[in-house]
Amino acid sequence: MKNPSTTDLSYDPSRSVSFPLPWLEGAIYLEWIGEGQMDGSLLNRVQTHIEKVFHCRTRVRIRKGSIPLAFDPNRKQHSSTVILRWLLEGLPRDARKVLAVTDRDLFIPILTFVFGEAQLGGRGAVVSTARLREESGGRSGNPGLFLNRLLKECLHELGHTFGLTHCANSGCVMERSNTVFDVDRKNRAFCQDCAVLLGDLLREEGK
Amino acid sequence: MREKVKILVVDDEEIVRESLSGWLEEDGYTVDVAPDGPTTIGKLKESEWNILLVDLKMPGMDGLQVLENARKIKPEAAIVIMTAYATVDTAVQAMKMGAYDYLVKPFEPEELSLMIKKLVNQQNLLRENILLRKALKRQYRFRDLLSKSPRMQGLFELAKTAAKSNSTVLILGESGTGKELLARAIHAESPRSNGPFVEVSCAALTETLLESELFGHEKGAFTDAVSRNKGKFEMAHGGTLFLDEIGDISPKLQLDLLRVIEEREFRRVGGSELIKVDVRLIAATNRNLKKLVEEGTFREDLYYRLNVIAITLPPLRERKEDIPLLVEHILGQLSVEMAKNLEGVSREAMDLLLSRDWPGNVRELRNVLERGAVVGSGGILQPSDLGLFTVEGDDGSERTGMESLKEIERHHILEVLKQNHWNISRSARALGIDRVTLYHKIKRYGLKPERAVS
Repeated sequence: MKNPSTTDLSYDPSRSVSFPLPWLEGAIYLEWIGEGQMDGSLLNRVQTHIEKVFHCRTRVRIRKGSIPLAFDPNRKQHSSTVILRWLLEGLPRDARKVLAVTDRDLFIPILTFVFGEAQLGGRGAVVSTARLREESGGRSGNPGLFLNRLLKECLHELGHTFGLTHCANSGCVMERSNTVFDVDRKNRAFCQDCAVLLGDLLREEGK
Repeated sequence: MREKVKILVVDDEEIVRESLSGWLEEDGYTVDVAPDGPTTIGKLKESEWNILLVDLKMPGMDGLQVLENARKIKPEAAIVIMTAYATVDTAVQAMKMGAYDYLVKPFEPEELSLMIKKLVNQQNLLRENILLRKALKRQYRFRDLLSKSPRMQGLFELAKTAAKSNSTVLILGESGTGKELLARAIHAESPRSNGPFVEVSCAALTETLLESELFGHEKGAFTDAVSRNKGKFEMAHGGTLFLDEIGDISPKLQLDLLRVIEEREFRRVGGSELIKVDVRLIAATNRNLKKLVEEGTFREDLYYRLNVIAITLPPLRERKEDIPLLVEHILGQLSVEMAKNLEGVSREAMDLLLSRDWPGNVRELRNVLERGAVVGSGGILQPSDLGLFTVEGDDGSERTGMESLKEIERHHILEVLKQNHWNISRSARALGIDRVTLYHKIKRYGLKPERAVS
């Protein structure tokens, strides 16, 4: 088993790669839909990273109330597909994309769990922190490793909303991750192929 | 680039269809969904599908019924049955009915990823296999056995009829007349075309080696037999075995072969187990088998066993009307192989080709054209490119017949230089090489301009 201490343990913004993407009109909305208290500094880190990578503005959205029908009492998990549908309701006009972050464990009916879900070429994405803490020493464990995983998964799911599919290039943030070790093996950036494709997709989408 | 893999998700629950198709689309697959059996069958009939993920429990037509129908409509598609309520019985039934796998929901993401990857690889191999088989069949169809001669057309008709049967075919003819090509075309047109075509050249091996090559051997059958090996008869099971140069096999092997043809079973060298095979035999030789029988060197009973349908390919000198057609066909093939634009041969070159007797037949014609294609500088091959004609050497002597490639190159360069009055740039352009290369070749071949006679 891979020792987590061998991966990059500290958050280092200089490692995030940015490319000459066109300035993105509108904003990417971030929404905390967790059960626990929102970690302001964590969301702040995500926000900064997204702004840098996607060359855009971000806004934080706060909504009250629970998500209807998302919780499955048998599985004791939340349906990411139901959350996605709910997330897209009543989006602000300037919302280009919306990314929800939650501490709830997510699932889709055929899989035991998912780290997140996104609409391919759509507007919504959701990422769960529940399993990203695994093998990182729990909640009080290794915060650098956990943050890195979260940033990677946020970038990954947002990449899908821009139309990027999974990438076969080793280390690319768009590689499929089935375990936290898969997440740890990836870089916190798009590979060159995905970066170029993302630029094209953005131009196609009309920036 | 490989074609996109197409996956159909069949489930009566909308949320399952939506989430599973979304998950698969993220991998770049083309995904469509169907809520029930009838819709699935409609989609199967409409277009091609590589993988079907089918829920077991659905109202109306259940997953197993969908599987049964899908196997009939799209037998090449891989079908996976998914269920939340696994029982051993349904799993066994699904697998018996031809399902690729049986998955119990929910699955681990890694498990699903691996299964889909395996399926995609399997489907790609399947597709590649079908394409290769098609390409092979295309390469050896009867249309490629070119001829305008009525005699050849009659032979092709006979071969086509023979192809449909299971009878042994004996192909006779001089070297280079296309015996192997005809054997492959017969196989490609036969009901066995999906089986293997296995070729053995009987003249190339010693008696012991040929015996082991044909029938295989058990481990330890002889000094070098370190492992058990299948012979060509076993390899050709379900297909065709082509025995080339059959006139050259030893009396012992003639007897062994006779037994296999009669019994359709044999033993490996050093083995005791009787092995049954279903093989169609095509034998060929450039020797006069009837004469060998009369001389007592070839078994008469084997001759009659082989000589069920005999096809004698005439030599090229007896069907010279085919030469222009063959030249066009061969140059077309060479153009592709050499990535060179070969338009044809000049009238003078064609006259030269028609004037020869071609003892090496079509193979020799192909060799001559290949040499011409290498040394020729333009799209139209000239007599001088072919290396066949009688010319005056640069020393005034006569040069005749086939020459080595170097000789042809030397002569051709000299001719081009003379035509261009030893202008190196113009000559290099005409030859399609750069000036430095031309200087090197002039030096290597020791070429010199003739002295002007005052």
